[in-house]
Amino acid sequence: MSGSTTHQFKENAERQLADEDLRQALTKSKGHFTGGRQNAMDKLPEFDALRDKSRDIKEHVLENLDFYLETYEQNVIDSGGQVHWARTAKDAQDIVLEICRSVGATSVNKGKSMIGEECDINEALEANGIRAVETDLGEYIIQIRNERPSHIIAPAVHLTKAQVEQSFRETHTHLDPDRILEEPPTLLEEARTVLRKKYFEAEVGITGANFLVAETGSSIIVTNEGNGDLSQLLPKVHIVLASIEKVVPTLEDASTFLRVLARSATGQEFSVYTTVSTGPRRAEDPDGPEEYHVILLDNGRTGMLGTEFQDMLRCIRCGACMNHCPVYQSVGGHAYGWVYPGPMGAVLSPSLLGVDEAGHLPNASTFCGRCEEVCPVRIPLPKLMRHWREREFERHLTPRAARTGIRLWAFFAQRPALYRWATGLQMRLMGAMGRRRGRFSSVPLAKGWTKYRDLPAPEGKTFQQQWAAQQKLGRS
Amino acid sequence: MVANRDGILDDIRRSQGRDGPIDDQRAAELRARMASPTRNLLPARADLPASEVIDLFQSMAESVFATVDRVADMSAVPEVLTDYLKRENLPAQVVMAPDPSLDDAPWSDQPLLEIRRGVPQESDMVSVTSAPAAIAETGTLAMFSGADHPSTLNFLPETHVVVLPVDRISKNYEDVWDLIRQRVDAGEMGPNERMPRTVNLVTGPSRSGDIEQTLLLGAHGPRRLHIILVDTDETA
Repeated sequence: MSGSTTHQFKENAERQLADEDLRQALTKSKGHFTGGRQNAMDKLPEFDALRDKSRDIKEHVLENLDFYLETYEQNVIDSGGQVHWARTAKDAQDIVLEICRSVGATSVNKGKSMIGEECDINEALEANGIRAVETDLGEYIIQIRNERPSHIIAPAVHLTKAQVEQSFRETHTHLDPDRILEEPPTLLEEARTVLRKKYFEAEVGITGANFLVAETGSSIIVTNEGNGDLSQLLPKVHIVLASIEKVVPTLEDASTFLRVLARSATGQEFSVYTTVSTGPRRAEDPDGPEEYHVILLDNGRTGMLGTEFQDMLRCIRCGACMNHCPVYQSVGGHAYGWVYPGPMGAVLSPSLLGVDEAGHLPNASTFCGRCEEVCPVRIPLPKLMRHWREREFERHLTPRAARTGIRLWAFFAQRPALYRWATGLQMRLMGAMGRRRGRFSSVPLAKGWTKYRDLPAPEGKTFQQQWAAQQKLGRS
Repeated sequence: MVANRDGILDDIRRSQGRDGPIDDQRAAELRARMASPTRNLLPARADLPASEVIDLFQSMAESVFATVDRVADMSAVPEVLTDYLKRENLPAQVVMAPDPSLDDAPWSDQPLLEIRRGVPQESDMVSVTSAPAAIAETGTLAMFSGADHPSTLNFLPETHVVVLPVDRISKNYEDVWDLIRQRVDAGEMGPNERMPRTVNLVTGPSRSGDIEQTLLLGAHGPRRLHIILVDTDETA
């Protein structure tokens, strides 16, 4: 599963488009998320103002990121925790392994963490003989299927219940093969029972963090299942995986984000469990982890600061952009080939993987602008995708045919008279050739386009010619 | 990993066009911002008279599938709890937080109710705790870890019953942060003078939508969250 297939976006997308199960799963999920968000918005008149405030707080943090990280670090240490800094995904893996070894861990429970996915923590643990168990239901399902999440908040959104049933039957072989397992409640029940045992076996629990609070040195996780809480409360050691831009100044600031996060993500007014964790258990505490570690990951993010991609570091990982994206809703998350799909992935992945690997993703957009419209921190995603396209072009990574085409077009576009003459000729010619059938099923140099649909035959006049004619008639 | 730390901080500073940390004056401003945190925008929804704040809490909690009983005082709590357990077909056997505020209820009135105080075991079906605070805005309970409240009580048993005196219901999350700060300053949050290790904000029972986005209750945490609201002198 490790590694990215982002460079094969076109091939991935083609395969996913032909996947009937995926069609079925995506059709079911789509209205659920978009309708839920709209509903939550309607119930909170301050929603848009909270989005502005959220954007402003993140901007303030990014401008003073070094200060807030140092303050956060000091407060973690003062409350008895430890902070580790990771430059790369490999650093993060090494730190996790070192902590696991220090307590002789053979089993690790994981709450859902996108940073864990970004760093391939499970693979690193398994390679070192440590069992990693995902406890979020969606993450558990894809773990036993050996897949990546296809959505940042609903990892198994690409699957139907029949596929989940099949995977449970293949994995839980200790259970009665004749058991009834068709409906979601019985599937959940089985996962709950299987995972409940594992909670008590793990020596280490790993969670992500939605926010880090500089004022108190706390990490905050937001979940609906309660798996993140059991994963961090029962084992001896709690490790928090977080990227550096997760820090916010105060609990008040975190509250502002919490008001937009669940509403944007699932349409809930508030997630079921919002948990603020500060250091290890205290002497008087009857439960909780004895050690508390935070791993702060860079992995390319400092390289985005101060560039046109800094805005992307405001992202709070709600998933609204992919829920509203026509491209994501057609090809699904796996087509994007790595950890972060949809519009946010199309902007973030080239920053983290490099434009050579992920340069295709910013092209997977209709530029309809829905992603920017729904973003809770108002990231101008279409603009950032355009920046990546420009960079791809500058670095000569655009395919030769496209480059030649654009050059050719630019040659004519810079010479208006020639442009008018050439396009007029082309339209007349195509109009005449297509008169009989009214459409072309194949056009030279545009086979990629006509492969999936026919090109309607022009009626013989260019836009400019029609415009001029209209003007003459006084736009009657 | 000191090299990583310094490298990351250096890169951040360079991206801002700085050679070193932010200047002293700016740092003082940022420290002041954290020392006296200002509330950002608060939704007007919870801006209500005290009695309506309680009603808002109840309706918001019920909208996320918590169930609510409301009683006149602590003396009614044991009976209401026993009735609830009967109604839900649950055993009359609970693990209860060692929270002194729960001692005010006359538990001995219910001789068939078996109560153990402390940390839950895997086999415990029902937990009973209090909540030091609650938030009307979204029907959220706030629970602090400490000697009197093991956090696992909020997650392990299948049913969680919370006894909540109504005067602990506040309007917004920000009220809870202020309450924590006051208690830390007053030395009431244990000897560490810091945030409690775990603050759990709980809004309804556990759920998952991970299979075909079907909402199912009881994913890993409690399947049922029952809140017993207890009227207090000012509100009775």
